[in-house]
Amino acid sequence: MAFLKRLLLGEQGLLVIFVIAFAVVSVFVPSFLTERNMLGLFQSVVTIGIVSCTMMFCLASRDFDLSVGSIVAFTGMVAVMASNASGSIVIGLIAALACGTFVGFVNGAIIAKLKINALITTLATMQIVRGLALISSDGRAVGINDPGFYQLALSRFIGIPTPIWIMVALFCVFGFVLNRSVFGRNTLAIGGNPEASRLAGVNVDGMRIWIFTIQGLVCAVAGILLASRITSGQPNAATGLELSAISACVLGGVSLAGGRAAMTGVIVGVLILGIAENAMNLLNIQAFYQYLVRGLILLLAVLLDNVRSTGLGRK
Amino acid sequence: MADFLSFSHISKTYPGVKALSDVSFGVGKGSVHGLIGENGAGKSTLIRILSGDTGADDGEISVDGVAQHFGSTRDAFAAGVVVVHQELQLVPELTVAENLRLGRFPNRAGVIDFRSLKDEVNRRLKEIGLSVDADTKVSRLSLGERQMIEIAKAIMLDARVIALDEPTSSLSSQESEVLFQLIGELRASGKVIIYISHRLDEIFRLCDGCTVLRDGKLAAHHPAMADVTRESLVAEMVGREISDIWGWRGRPAGEVRLKVEVMSGAKLPRPIDFEARAGEIVGFFGLVGSGRSELMRLVYGADPRRSGKVSIDGVESSGANPRRSIREGLVLCSEDRKFDGIVQGLSVAENIVISARRHFSPFGLLSLRREADTAADFIKQLRIRTPSAKQDIVNLSGGNQQKVLLARWLAESGVKVLIVDEPTRGIDVGAKAEIYELLYHLAEKGLAIVVVSSELPEVMGISDRVIVMCEGRIAARYERAEFNEHAILASALPDRTAGEPNKKAS
Repeated sequence: MAFLKRLLLGEQGLLVIFVIAFAVVSVFVPSFLTERNMLGLFQSVVTIGIVSCTMMFCLASRDFDLSVGSIVAFTGMVAVMASNASGSIVIGLIAALACGTFVGFVNGAIIAKLKINALITTLATMQIVRGLALISSDGRAVGINDPGFYQLALSRFIGIPTPIWIMVALFCVFGFVLNRSVFGRNTLAIGGNPEASRLAGVNVDGMRIWIFTIQGLVCAVAGILLASRITSGQPNAATGLELSAISACVLGGVSLAGGRAAMTGVIVGVLILGIAENAMNLLNIQAFYQYLVRGLILLLAVLLDNVRSTGLGRK
Repeated sequence: MADFLSFSHISKTYPGVKALSDVSFGVGKGSVHGLIGENGAGKSTLIRILSGDTGADDGEISVDGVAQHFGSTRDAFAAGVVVVHQELQLVPELTVAENLRLGRFPNRAGVIDFRSLKDEVNRRLKEIGLSVDADTKVSRLSLGERQMIEIAKAIMLDARVIALDEPTSSLSSQESEVLFQLIGELRASGKVIIYISHRLDEIFRLCDGCTVLRDGKLAAHHPAMADVTRESLVAEMVGREISDIWGWRGRPAGEVRLKVEVMSGAKLPRPIDFEARAGEIVGFFGLVGSGRSELMRLVYGADPRRSGKVSIDGVESSGANPRRSIREGLVLCSEDRKFDGIVQGLSVAENIVISARRHFSPFGLLSLRREADTAADFIKQLRIRTPSAKQDIVNLSGGNQQKVLLARWLAESGVKVLIVDEPTRGIDVGAKAEIYELLYHLAEKGLAIVVVSSELPEVMGISDRVIVMCEGRIAARYERAEFNEHAILASALPDRTAGEPNKKAS
């Protein structure tokens, strides 16, 4: 019993629970543990997974980004429209990445330089950018002209679709950045105590701008892949993505008060959300219940985290 | 007479640290009892248990013969036990009145009765002798005034036991006098006061008895102060004799390293000039609110300047922000360790290398080995007491946190000017001596050191030169040969009646 307690409440408690949940679902849900379903599962979490990488940095530095869903929709739109207009996929991609980066930069600059609360700033840009996506498309889906664009999502490398590779690569890159770079450590320091970090010589404003700019860029990557998968630019795509990404991060032990984050935790958080959705689809449970279950999972995870930290005598 | 408040066999263990083991003592009604000990001796833990903030693993507290099991601070309040913490627990954006009655607002059906709130608070403040208006926002008060508000809060809770944790650490001497008077009145009214302080003169002046903790154990319990001497207390605290705590030694001063000209800012409108030489320790003394800390923050570039120029080694500094100042060799250890110093949630090692790591992080990639080595090196060199370099810094005692903050700047190789604001606030005798020794050592290496302190003996004890500030300007300057306690204190006191200029030496 003591062993079980230590296992569940230890640093890797979430991972243990994930493994148990995975095993249970594999046994009880038919056709869950098949190659086809696994690839489907991973593909379904690509957008959340990619956005969660940078959302983690945002939360770890005690900030918030609500505009990610809108940026994903908008950049997907831009990628499709620009490549349709120019006849070049490359130009479309560059335009989308540039737009995402720009929106992120604007977020960061307003938050860092004009000292406006991140929640308010991104609440505003979330609506502005969604508005831009709707205006530019007149509220309708825009189909892709060049079938080459589909290949982004359809192409495979060693049997695994490219988007999954990109997500895994981003997990590795941002995990490395968080743990092994000055940027990552400074992110945690800012989250832990912004004023002390500033007085210790950390460029807090600069860091904030970078974090949001990279967030914008990464959202653009997610937006392009999403557009390619759904074969069109959809102005209403990725609604609610911001909350899913934040949920995944919180599930993964990222503290909303800043200063605490781990890439492995976020990956597990993303997968837990993915598995829950996937298993419910396989069991033919109505989609409406999925909201309920996701909320409950989030609550349970946070409670567990709370029990864990008080159990260890930390405050 | 039976003890009104008694601790019996209190033990408490934190991960990696045995904070208290088997501590028992009692205090009688209507008395002031001192609680002393070095940092990490277990005073704070004992107080946290008394306040209901945390539970003891073993043992119990009883008040007026009734055993208490505090599950929260509310339980402690209900039993009449109130702790006034060193780190003040006020809500800055609320008014004095609101803070004093937080959680217990006078109301009618949930609507706060502001008039009766204000009247009551103003009356109580007057009784206590505090000249603060109930409608003032706490964020506009000085640290000293906030401390008094905390004590007023305890009194308004009708506490029977009041524990004061380092109450005078941020008070000016006048404010301390007001506090001492208040403590006398509380004693006369039959309350039990637990008085925690590093200032032994206060213990002797105020306390009827005292208890010494060392390494989580009871080192001595004195029901009366009759046969207790300063030396014996210090010996009980540290387990060894400390003769001259300052240990000042002279050293030649070199060229001017730091030159500050016409420095002014929002909170310090009148321009100020001063300088510090290589190998010199310049002490800044002044009462709370005299503008010492504000001046240092301007020099460091932590706050925006209105005017002012800083030169280091004759070269004008471009540093209008902390990052540039650090790169040019000027660093500041802030007065408020909790808010401006330590980065909570990060380890001791991370807190040490946060700034210096840029020297050994090519392309922004960390060198984990160099970081671990640097941290281990300073933990050993400064004798930072921590179970491991990976320990979260919030778990360290104040003195050890201060050493970590000094290590942060020592790890920066190119430091030329070190400004330390209240280097020993809330720090015990043993650690103080170590910090002074470190400052002398750094001065001998040629750094210019500026020490800001509100403790006159400290300023006089360690400085080569003292600059006195009063109401946002420099009131006087003294060379070590001219140091005189009365003169320095006199020039620090605001003198509104005489209107004649204060002494302006050298």
